[in-house]
Amino acid sequence: MRIGVVTFPGTLDDRDAQRAVRIAGGEAVALWHADENLHKVDAVVLPGGFSFGDYLRCGAIAAQAPVMESIIKAANGGLPVLGICNGFQVLVESHLLPGGLIRNDVQTFVCRDQKLVVENVDTPWTNQFKLNQEITIPLKNGEGGYIADAETLKRLEGEGLVAFRYKDFNPNGSLNDIAGLRNERGNVVGLMPHPEHAVEAGFGPDTSVAMRSGLDGLTIFKSVLNSVVNA
Amino acid sequence: MPKIIVEVMPKADLLDPAGKAVNSALHRNGHNEISNVRIGKRIELHFDRAVTDADVAAAQKIGEEFLSNAVIEDVVSVTVEN
Repeated sequence: MRIGVVTFPGTLDDRDAQRAVRIAGGEAVALWHADENLHKVDAVVLPGGFSFGDYLRCGAIAAQAPVMESIIKAANGGLPVLGICNGFQVLVESHLLPGGLIRNDVQTFVCRDQKLVVENVDTPWTNQFKLNQEITIPLKNGEGGYIADAETLKRLEGEGLVAFRYKDFNPNGSLNDIAGLRNERGNVVGLMPHPEHAVEAGFGPDTSVAMRSGLDGLTIFKSVLNSVVNA
Repeated sequence: MPKIIVEVMPKADLLDPAGKAVNSALHRNGHNEISNVRIGKRIELHFDRAVTDADVAAAQKIGEEFLSNAVIEDVVSVTVEN
């Protein structure tokens, strides 16, 4: 199971995403923004960070990178692609997911352990969750406010394309409390919070059991390994 | 230097947190006559020759497809300075 993790100039969480893949039992393959070769990976993760310094708009320049040309083509052919935070921004700028992400309504960077509801489990990235399962994973962004026009929102809700929704607290003004989306086919998923930071005891969010013991993010990486095995 | 100037603004109905922050700072400095501030982008495309109509058409397309994101922004002007 080869899971590619893309590094753009300014990406921060590529190492964490690679580590999450390995902890889940997969082989992490480093992909480089300037190399259009996907090196025969079975899935791709676009990790968080500040690709190209967030110049122009978050994710806008990364969306034009050579590696993205191959990823867009492969995603349209069914390759599982996950965008986390800046990776989610790259996915909307690539038009693989609809809508846009703007500066948080609170006007500050927000960093917290965030409760989410998993509202769609029919994707390669969420199939090991139970429907409507509540999870807690870290969230850290400055431009995480999800917006789309009324028609798009209606379609997303009507077709069940909201994969993750903020629970109890909306940290950034996202419309309809949307934290993450899937595409129609289900292979492309994007979310603002960071599953790769909740995969290892001692480093995850606090739980009622013990400090920093939260591993809810690991299920995302186990899901894709499961779906690739069964594909 | 011949150039095409593309101006991009956040959509009118969208919260512009940067503009809002500048507006409050201006109010703190006594400029209560200013009712609102919005911040956009001015992008200059430079040329080593005179700008043609085709360049302007290309700049309009680049502006709409890459320099702005139609979900959150509008290209408000494309002007030529030869």
